[in-house]
Amino acid sequence: MCGTCGCGSDTNGPTILKPGEHNHSHDVHHHNHDGHTHSHEHHTHEDHTHAHNHSHNHKHKVLEIEQDILQNNQVLAARNRGYFEAKNIFALNLVSSPGSGKTSILERTLSDLKNEIPFYVIEGDQQTLNDANRIDVLNIPVIQINTGKGCHLESDIVYEAVKKLEIKNNSILMIENVGNLVCPSMFDLGESKRVVIISTTEGDDKPIKYPDMFHTSDICIINKIDLLPYLNTDIEKLKGYALQVNPKLQFFEVSATTGEGMEAWYNWLKENI
Amino acid sequence: MHELSIVMGIVKIAEDETAKVKENAVAKIELEIGQLAGVELDALNFVWESAVKDSVLEHALKTIIEIPGKAICADCDREFYLNNIFDSCPNCNSNFKGIIQGKELRVKSLEVI
Ligand SMILES: Nc1nc2c(ncn2[C@@H]2O[C@H](COP(=O)(O)OP(=O)(O)OP(=O)(O)O)[C@@H](O)[C@H]2O)c(=O)[nH]1
Ligand SMILES: [Mg+2]
Ligand SMILES: [Zn+2]
Ligand SMILES: [Zn+2]
Ligand SMILES: [Zn+2]
Ligand SMILES: [Zn+2]
Repeated sequence: MCGTCGCGSDTNGPTILKPGEHNHSHDVHHHNHDGHTHSHEHHTHEDHTHAHNHSHNHKHKVLEIEQDILQNNQVLAARNRGYFEAKNIFALNLVSSPGSGKTSILERTLSDLKNEIPFYVIEGDQQTLNDANRIDVLNIPVIQINTGKGCHLESDIVYEAVKKLEIKNNSILMIENVGNLVCPSMFDLGESKRVVIISTTEGDDKPIKYPDMFHTSDICIINKIDLLPYLNTDIEKLKGYALQVNPKLQFFEVSATTGEGMEAWYNWLKENI
Repeated sequence: MHELSIVMGIVKIAEDETAKVKENAVAKIELEIGQLAGVELDALNFVWESAVKDSVLEHALKTIIEIPGKAICADCDREFYLNNIFDSCPNCNSNFKGIIQGKELRVKSLEVI
């Protein structure tokens, strides 16, 4: 089983693809995480018995290792962060529930700013190239990561995708994480800022139902404000809950559909590059 | 289900450390998991058996030490325990705080054989 993807076999593992590439190009199948043990040959029945017989002659040794379980992800995230800083790449990790509007916000942002700022995009989804194709039609360099059964991106696969993108200096990298408000919160990708997106249809108390994501984010985009007239959503209450979880959170209220409120978000992007 | 990734991280650590001392298996493993770390112990236990199969942890006895969440208020310096990451200071009600304990996600020790 694979730890990054949670796959039972390698064919379910995370893959990285450019729009137009074949779905089964095994040379790009990512398997950098040396941790997982596909080495069944080490576990023949003979070896096993052998080990057990031996163990009774051994003294049990206790190793006090105190080792961080996410260390591997953190080390590679730090490597990504160093790369981004060295090249002055402003990297954003966009996280939200499925369907909050991550790709829609990207589409509008890239269309409006692509003549001013060089953008690159990494799309994370369990399956399909759909989101990457939506970016590709805007003529923005994009890589799709399919995580298979995995429900979040990790720093090693982002590193592979970044290498493949060949990002120019002084640009913005948008990493759209897998739509999931729980799992991605624990995995630093090396991003400059984390952006959590919540749409007005999701309920005011979402921030305290899924606090970890709001706690670890820097920016909160409230999307689909064009729908407010039809909903009982109380944006001030939503913000209050979000600030209770993370008092440093900065908000943008937007509609990716109508473009309302996008200007403030654009200004923030421009300030940061 | 990021718990599967967590368990695979534990397997990697156990494999590496066991190999370093040239042993074959782990008899006991102690984990330290903070209550604010974002890990569901039920989910972790659920994926454990299939995830450790064919690894040095396959027959290991697992002990989980839960570490309660603790913070220090940025406004009045009060130290307090918290059940949720968004609990405010019981003294001054501020939401500004530093988490000082409860985010741990560590392999504390391994008993190798
Ligand atoms: N009314 C309204 N609909 C929106 C807005 N933004 C996005 N949508 C719609 O919401 C749906 C989901 O949008 P996406 O941009 O695909 O959402 P996503 O977060 O990228 O979804 P996943 O990648 O599947 O997690 C689509 O039908 C969009 O048209 C908005 O501002 N207003
Ligand atoms: Mg999307
Ligand atoms: Zn795999
Ligand atoms: Zn996950
Ligand atoms: Zn999860
Ligand atoms: Zn206080």
